[in-house]
Amino acid sequence: MYDFAYHKASSAADAASKAKGKSDAKFMAGGQTLIPTLKQRLAKPSDVIDLGGASDLKGISAAGGAVTIGAMATHAAVAGSADAKKAIPALAALAEGIGDPQVRNRGTIGGSVANNDPAADYPAAVLGLGATVHTDQRQIAADAFFVSVFETALKPGEVITKVSFPVPQKAAYMKFPSPASRYAMIGVFVAKTAQGARVAVTGAGNGVIRMKSMEAALDKNWSPAALDGVKVPAGTCNGDIHGTPEYRAHLITVMAKRAVAAAG
Amino acid sequence: MGADGIGVAVRRKEDVRFLTGRGTYTDDIARPGQTYAHILRSGQAHARIRSIDVSKAKAAPGVVAVFTGADMAADGVGGLPCGWLVKNKDGSPMKEPAHPPLVVDRVRHVGDQIAVVIAETRAQAKDAAELVEIDFEPLPAVVDSKDALKTGAPQVHGDAAPGNLCYDWELGDKAAVDAAFAKAHKVAKIDLFNNRLIPNAMEPRAATGDFDPASGDYTLYTTSQNPHVIRLLMGAFVLHIPESKLRVYAPDVGGGFGSKIYHYAEEAIVTWAAGKLKRPVRWTADRSESFMSDAHGRDHHSHAELALDKDGKFLALRVDTTANMGAYLSTFASCIPTYLYATLLAGVYTTPAIYVEVKAVFTNTVPVDAYRGAGRPEATFLLERLVDVAAREMGMDRVEIRRRNFIPTNAFPYQTPVALQYDSGDYFSTLEQAQKAADWAGFEARRAEARKRGKLRGIGISTYLEACGIAPSNIAGALGARAGLYEAATVRVHPTGTVTILTGSHSHGQGHETTFAQVVSETLGIGIDQVEIVHGDTNKIPFGMGTYGSRSLAVGGTAIVKALDKVVSKAKKIAAHLLEASVNDIEFKDGKFTVVGTDKSKTFGEIALTAYVPHNYPLEELEPGLEENAFYDPKNFTFPGGCHIAEVEIDPDTGVTKVVKFTAVDDVGRVINPMIVEGQVQGGVAQGIGQALLENCVYDKDGQLITGSYMDYVMPRADDLPSIGVATHTTLCTHNPLGVKGCGEVGAIGSPPAVINAVVDALKDHGVTHMDMPASPQKVWSVINGAHRKAAE
Repeated sequence: MYDFAYHKASSAADAASKAKGKSDAKFMAGGQTLIPTLKQRLAKPSDVIDLGGASDLKGISAAGGAVTIGAMATHAAVAGSADAKKAIPALAALAEGIGDPQVRNRGTIGGSVANNDPAADYPAAVLGLGATVHTDQRQIAADAFFVSVFETALKPGEVITKVSFPVPQKAAYMKFPSPASRYAMIGVFVAKTAQGARVAVTGAGNGVIRMKSMEAALDKNWSPAALDGVKVPAGTCNGDIHGTPEYRAHLITVMAKRAVAAAG
Repeated sequence: MGADGIGVAVRRKEDVRFLTGRGTYTDDIARPGQTYAHILRSGQAHARIRSIDVSKAKAAPGVVAVFTGADMAADGVGGLPCGWLVKNKDGSPMKEPAHPPLVVDRVRHVGDQIAVVIAETRAQAKDAAELVEIDFEPLPAVVDSKDALKTGAPQVHGDAAPGNLCYDWELGDKAAVDAAFAKAHKVAKIDLFNNRLIPNAMEPRAATGDFDPASGDYTLYTTSQNPHVIRLLMGAFVLHIPESKLRVYAPDVGGGFGSKIYHYAEEAIVTWAAGKLKRPVRWTADRSESFMSDAHGRDHHSHAELALDKDGKFLALRVDTTANMGAYLSTFASCIPTYLYATLLAGVYTTPAIYVEVKAVFTNTVPVDAYRGAGRPEATFLLERLVDVAAREMGMDRVEIRRRNFIPTNAFPYQTPVALQYDSGDYFSTLEQAQKAADWAGFEARRAEARKRGKLRGIGISTYLEACGIAPSNIAGALGARAGLYEAATVRVHPTGTVTILTGSHSHGQGHETTFAQVVSETLGIGIDQVEIVHGDTNKIPFGMGTYGSRSLAVGGTAIVKALDKVVSKAKKIAAHLLEASVNDIEFKDGKFTVVGTDKSKTFGEIALTAYVPHNYPLEELEPGLEENAFYDPKNFTFPGGCHIAEVEIDPDTGVTKVVKFTAVDDVGRVINPMIVEGQVQGGVAQGIGQALLENCVYDKDGQLITGSYMDYVMPRADDLPSIGVATHTTLCTHNPLGVKGCGEVGAIGSPPAVINAVVDALKDHGVTHMDMPASPQKVWSVINGAHRKAAE
């Protein structure tokens, strides 16, 4: 990796102030994407600001019909959280299925959401549950947060502090992992909420998307069979050596049906 | 059988250091004053280098030196040699284009070595490498071996290999095969591609060169399966260093699977550079470098036809194969698709006439060489797929057609039409044992039960044979081998009766320190804790050809037995003297030398002590000491074989194939340590299932390596694999004293066709007769989806 200046922040505010005036500062949460990227010399930040010591970014709580997860909560912490498991079991299960034990014990929800890898799992939950992303400056609704591949509504220097998930009536996440990387080749998060059904798909293309056609079908009839008539166009998806757009589009339907079945 | 002797599942002695992090690997060895080398590799598949400017890199912080191919050429450094000369049909030699350690004016594959930057730290070397300025003229690239043979294809080596052809070789009796096909009742045909694999040993390759200016001695620490072979090839052909001045030491090595047999450019570069700089130079591959510089495996296109009579007896086999060599000939690349492939095409069957043509082809890809099985998996996959196709053509049962063509158990030694003579085997017993263990008879009930769950279940069988311990040297030499194929051993008995074995075999995960010690324990009647196995260091071991082709026990183990025989023979003379008896009356058993018919005896320890403290000793007739060498050159290959049965379940919604049950019954000859054999077979089967369902090296049409990391290359993981049932059925090898055949590769050889035969069986109602590997979810789904569409049309 190239040389950079390393800083350890003690809080979100400290992190934001340390980033000020730096030419190309990067926040590091769990480092599960940043560190490999640095090792491969694919990034050359001037400064890396480690959020690992920011105690105000930790913690998981359930209250007032929402589960709120601190940005620096690890996937393992969410997977093991009694509050998360009780209120939104689908969220805890999703966290338990990310990467491998090493990744789950280092990677964080804030890092995953801010990075917005088009094959990451968490964006599907954030969008599928209609969560709210809290930063040191504002609150951003999920529908406005994810912009494009590795691109979010976050401004330079803005720090995610927590993500709050409204508790749905039912929800489930089903992932078809890439046989190689085990990232989501297709991951579908379905939720039945007071405001209606939500279906979010990750892995298909240039970032997480809602499948409105499926949501409409599920609003009428919350059952796997309701999705039989919903055609997912191949153009929704990208292709690579592991899956053509046509195959991926097919998997969206399969995973969505399985998710609805699992949600009950 | 003693407590530690032959046949006991003793725990591996070496595992204490491996499991507690106490192993010593090449990268663990630090030398005073060491420098770090970074190899600048080509990002282009094919390009001419107009110029290289290293001036900025040389001026970068911490840089000690930057060398290019021109520097090595100016020093008279030779090219990397190929160890086997294969001849064309017309008798002319194969094409051997130059393979310089650093390229001179052209790169031929992504990963080709352009320059080496040597600095005080690894990071400094990498930083400086980015400052090397290269003016490339991009050239069109070719990656597929069939495309490379087409008129107008990009030429990888120009006039050094016109038409990209390395050789066009044949084996067998073409006229006899043609005659048999002319009268065939039916002909079964198959076209297949044996997918290219990337070896992925857990430990990446590493090499450290060292030079002592006072003595003029060079040392190379390297991740090698055969340090003496590296010393020979690098010393004699590349760097021109006499053996007496070159030590090659391969310490603990974390997996090889063939990929660490070869003499690689980096070994020559660090050794040469250490001499130039008079400082140690070390290099360790990044994982990304391993993907683009470790020799790959497989990559065959084949068309095959099997002629059958009306009873399903095989009359003749005709095979046409195109083998991808990659951009250069790796050390043993040329013999893999010929002498380790075509010679295996009789398999376990009595096919009377076989004719094989093989074209070896250069492409703009990483060189291809032996990878676990090396030619034999390719032969086995072709044959066992073709036999299934033939059964279907004939409307015969898959097992029955095999039984009908098996070489009878009483027909050994059996001469095949493709040069090999099998010494022993019992294919009926391994088949029956495997069918029983796999509950073959109960399969249809399991298929029906799976169907109720919406799953497609299939079962597949492979009755295979392979050849290990390639030999003898004189015949191999007549066929083009440029090295001997013997093994060497020294048995050094110490005065107190403990034993050190110096072996030319090399252990890089196989457990030699335990298996070989068990052989010594059995022979000398001492515990394995009294036996030390030393390997890997050319300064300690008399000589050695190393470990590959499942040869270590059959060849290296036999060399140890021969040396042990000499030790026992001498020890008997000493015992006879001490016991005042005739040597003919001395019997050696359970560690004791006894005068036959009396209770007069001496222990092995007493004899050892007498040999080194020869006060009461026949000094006029016998030298003191107790140490013996042996070189063993086998009379023949060994021929392990057996039956693998795979049972798979396919999810038709996603195309995911799961191996739900795997049964291996192998004849590996005498089993020294059943636990180690089981582990070897399971590891091999894991790699075989990997090839069949998961692994695939993919290049794009421009020669970029798409599967250049684990993000895209599908390595098998524990949850991809079933519990693998392993059993053995033994017939002894008839020409080595231990009766052993070898177990390192059987798993990777027997399993891929069993898995694909099971996949094809599961999909038989979808009109599938063949599927190339890997049977990926996408491929399987496409087939099912295509069939659904056809049914709907």
